[in-house]
Amino acid sequence: MCADQLDPEVIKQDFPIFKRRIYGKSLIYLDNAATTQKPRQVIETISEFYQNYNANVHRGVYKLGVEATEAFENARAKVANFVNAKDSEIIFTKNATEALNLIAYSWGLRNLKKGDRILLTEMEHHSNIVPWQIIAEYTGAMLDYVPINEEGLLIEEEIDRLLNLRPKIVSVTHASNVLGTINNVKEIVEKAHKVGAIVVVDAAQSVPHMPVNVKELDCDFLAFSGHKALGPLGVGVLYGKRDLLREMNPFLGGGDMISRVWLGGAEWNELPWKFEAGTSSVADVIGLGAAIDYLNSIGMDKVRAHEVKLTDYALKRLSEVPDIKIYGPRDLSKRGAVISFNLSGIHPHDLASILDEEGIAIRAGHHCAQPLMNRLGVAATARASFYIYNSESDIDALVEALYKARRIFKL
Amino acid sequence: MSSEFYRERIIDHYRNPRNYGSIEDAQIKVQESNPLCGDDVELYIKLDKDGKIEDIKFKGRGCAISTASASLMTELLKGKKVDELLSFTKRELLEALGVETLGLNPVRMKCALLPYKALKVGLYNHLGKEMTEEEERLLDYEGEAKEGY
Repeated sequence: MCADQLDPEVIKQDFPIFKRRIYGKSLIYLDNAATTQKPRQVIETISEFYQNYNANVHRGVYKLGVEATEAFENARAKVANFVNAKDSEIIFTKNATEALNLIAYSWGLRNLKKGDRILLTEMEHHSNIVPWQIIAEYTGAMLDYVPINEEGLLIEEEIDRLLNLRPKIVSVTHASNVLGTINNVKEIVEKAHKVGAIVVVDAAQSVPHMPVNVKELDCDFLAFSGHKALGPLGVGVLYGKRDLLREMNPFLGGGDMISRVWLGGAEWNELPWKFEAGTSSVADVIGLGAAIDYLNSIGMDKVRAHEVKLTDYALKRLSEVPDIKIYGPRDLSKRGAVISFNLSGIHPHDLASILDEEGIAIRAGHHCAQPLMNRLGVAATARASFYIYNSESDIDALVEALYKARRIFKL
Repeated sequence: MSSEFYRERIIDHYRNPRNYGSIEDAQIKVQESNPLCGDDVELYIKLDKDGKIEDIKFKGRGCAISTASASLMTELLKGKKVDELLSFTKRELLEALGVETLGLNPVRMKCALLPYKALKVGLYNHLGKEMTEEEERLLDYEGEAKEGY
């Protein structure tokens, strides 16, 4: 293998979980769109925090407190650098869902009124639909959805038509967790700004898998989660443009988010802490920093190149299976390493159970995207999603197991 | 485990579900869904004047486990009386399915129990009976696990 490509077999050595046997077989983990496995470097960083400098941040004057605060803010700098933002524009939340809710409540409640429009798309995750439905009910704003075409791409003319209705805010996924579709967010941002809308990008499925640069996208907000990018569960990230974050009211009130409190009121802390009420999951934030170090040591261009290669191979191999329906675009430049499919005559749940017996972990269900399932006319799909430790042999095992499922179901 | 999991009977009931369809004039009509996977089952029970099941049908979209469970359940219940439906236990259904040899994990147990849940909810509604917290808990796999199934 040449040096400009990553070697999944070498990477795998860093992930203790792959030593595990599942029903006596090696683990083949293909549910990376749900959460990724964690490298030793991340696990050790978290353990190191609890063993050596566990303390609350932004408070203690003692050594442990100072070290914890330094490591915590250092992780923020790593995250900021990773997406080309300023430190003060990076807010830690508990997950991407909370980040999206933060915008919906803090920005939406303040800025939306009766008759205003919110523009979403048909391929959004529930976390980028439900908060807006709630805010729409509070404010009387209306929701529009950009439809998708048969290939699983947003219909461009519809984007233009719906933007002409002058929504106040557009919230769109960068990469679909079901179809794999990578949306041309940069172009959507440009068009939306022309009609005066601000744009939120749900980057939960893009930031872990490809270089993402918030300045280049020029989006107003961007949300992602750490645990889908090798980091620990429990940390999400919200990026927001300074001017917007400054105008907004806090989402949650409490400790750490104020500069002064008196009985009659309070004054908000500076950015980003204004939005970080209460004690953060400090060890996990620091762990996310380690995850970003790990990804940087590989290089996000290589991560993307590896996934494109794997997706290409997977699409070819899966297409060989009789009676398979694969969703999403075939153009590799327009899709990420998420492949949803159905085998006719076998429910995705049954498929996932049969694959489980082979040590293969895939997802089956509606993937928190029921409106999209309705659009596709199915109750559920099976989904395989890849990451840096997956190789072509994993895909071969997947395909072989699909044939086995067909035999069991006498198809 | 292996293919024992999808033993002949499950596959048979999945591919040729018994009592599939709906009953227009059923006294008990109920729909239950599994929010985790979006599967749903509709159950129809028509009672005769003595309160005995004259006809029972189900329809819906589901996996092999939930479909076979619904199909088997309709077979088990045909001809039974309302009070027998009330005392019909999860254990009876799960035993008919062969859950012990199937080695279902908790997630799949929810699939197996979806039709059972529909039955109990429909029955209680029909009788105008309020379910106690304990009875509600027992509808779930967790309740069953505590019973030591």
